[in-house]
Amino acid sequence: MLKKILLGLLAGSALLFGSVGAASAADEAPDALIKRISNEVLDVAKNDKDIQAGNKQKVLDLVEAKVLPYIDFQRMTELAAGRNWRSATPDQQQELVKQFRTLLVYTYSGALSQVKDQRLEFKPFRADPQDTEVEVRSQVVTARVGDAIQLNYRLSKTAQGWKIYDINVLGAWLIETYKGNFADQIAKTGMDGLIKFLSDKNAKLAISYSKTNKS
Amino acid sequence: MKIKALIIALSLTVLSGCATTPALTNIKNPLRDKDPFESFNRSTSTFNDRFDEYAFQPIAQAYSDILPRFVQTGIGNFFGNINDVWTALNSFMQGNAQDGFSDVMRVSLNSTFGFLGLLDIASEVRIPKHRRDFGQTLGVWGVPAGPYIVLPFLGPSVMRDTLALPIDYYADVWSYYRPVSIRNTGTVIRLVDKRAGYLGTTSLLEEAALDKYAFIRDAYLQRIAGQIEDAKDSKQIREDYKAMQDERDEEAKKELKELSDPDTSTAPAVKPLSEEVKDGQK
Repeated sequence: MLKKILLGLLAGSALLFGSVGAASAADEAPDALIKRISNEVLDVAKNDKDIQAGNKQKVLDLVEAKVLPYIDFQRMTELAAGRNWRSATPDQQQELVKQFRTLLVYTYSGALSQVKDQRLEFKPFRADPQDTEVEVRSQVVTARVGDAIQLNYRLSKTAQGWKIYDINVLGAWLIETYKGNFADQIAKTGMDGLIKFLSDKNAKLAISYSKTNKS
Repeated sequence: MKIKALIIALSLTVLSGCATTPALTNIKNPLRDKDPFESFNRSTSTFNDRFDEYAFQPIAQAYSDILPRFVQTGIGNFFGNINDVWTALNSFMQGNAQDGFSDVMRVSLNSTFGFLGLLDIASEVRIPKHRRDFGQTLGVWGVPAGPYIVLPFLGPSVMRDTLALPIDYYADVWSYYRPVSIRNTGTVIRLVDKRAGYLGTTSLLEEAALDKYAFIRDAYLQRIAGQIEDAKDSKQIREDYKAMQDERDEEAKKELKELSDPDTSTAPAVKPLSEEVKDGQK
């Protein structure tokens, strides 16, 4: 009985979301979007020989192509910077977004390049059709059953469709976790100091990634 | 019930004592009273990192590389089963009888049909696995986490969970095993196996964090708070779990159908034996 209700709810919400301009990519339902890009990316990561051999540059390219278009880095950076965002100049804001974006891409690619035989499972999606901010919940299942890694996404509805603005890994939201790091760095060296710190870090990461590019 | 009240009262007393004793705390920034022991924590973190880098991680890596997968799985399952005993008790203490009974079922199944826990039969039949310890139970009862503490060797914790550690230790079935030499070896293997479970994360943390210590701290605090929320919301979790299982079953059925359906199947067609023989003779 409960199973039927749940399936009905799932189907219902899928229909409701899907019926709003189903043909347009910009109106793709948030959970369908996450499922699609996650599975696409995982498939490639698992089956591409170069990526499995350790070519991180290829992972970067994959992430750039398949995932980045759906992430709202502007909002992520703004949230992570907290109070300090408003006191930053537009140039600083732009630069901060750029550097944070680069860092996140490296981090995400790093995680992706470790994928071997993990599976993705999606938890029931619970949201009202008129919600403009939703959470998509999934978990990464490894060979060690019972050690599933929680992986959730927060998305908001923009003019260009649903965009990710926060990610939760193992129970910790990224933005919340970076807030402390950002605030500490800004307190020590100011906004410019934070930007410089990030760009130095990204430069180091760039070097280590290019070394793995064997092709 | 009286014991529960006593434990809560004791914990609250100790926690409030910590918050108001200037000698114990080192509050530099009034906004950061979640981490009054920061300088101690940072030193311990550094110590733990060194230990991990030079000892723990290499051993865990060797364990992961050398031991056959099924042995590692068996070890993981064996100690997982031991954990489940205490988890079951904690489920009950958290007022969650349904989870408690399913945890007891896990232990029963795995200890008998699973050869003392080496096989995780319970997971095969889709009984959910929980991770509950006494610190979490205290959290569910309403005891606040208290300041962040990094323990030597054991890593991140909070005051509440640290105080609960002795209880976790005494409740652990393995700590009563004799002879002591086997018990100690088992404990080491247990820890190494656990470490082997997250070998990839250290480099990831290095890459992601601006300040590794603060990053881990803030992530950890969120994580345990989330676990307590989940423990309180177990009904919803059970429903989600069931819905996911149903979906898995649907997927499996679909796959099975595709494989056996001759029209859509992409599996190579099986030639009749006579044909095979003819091909071989050509």
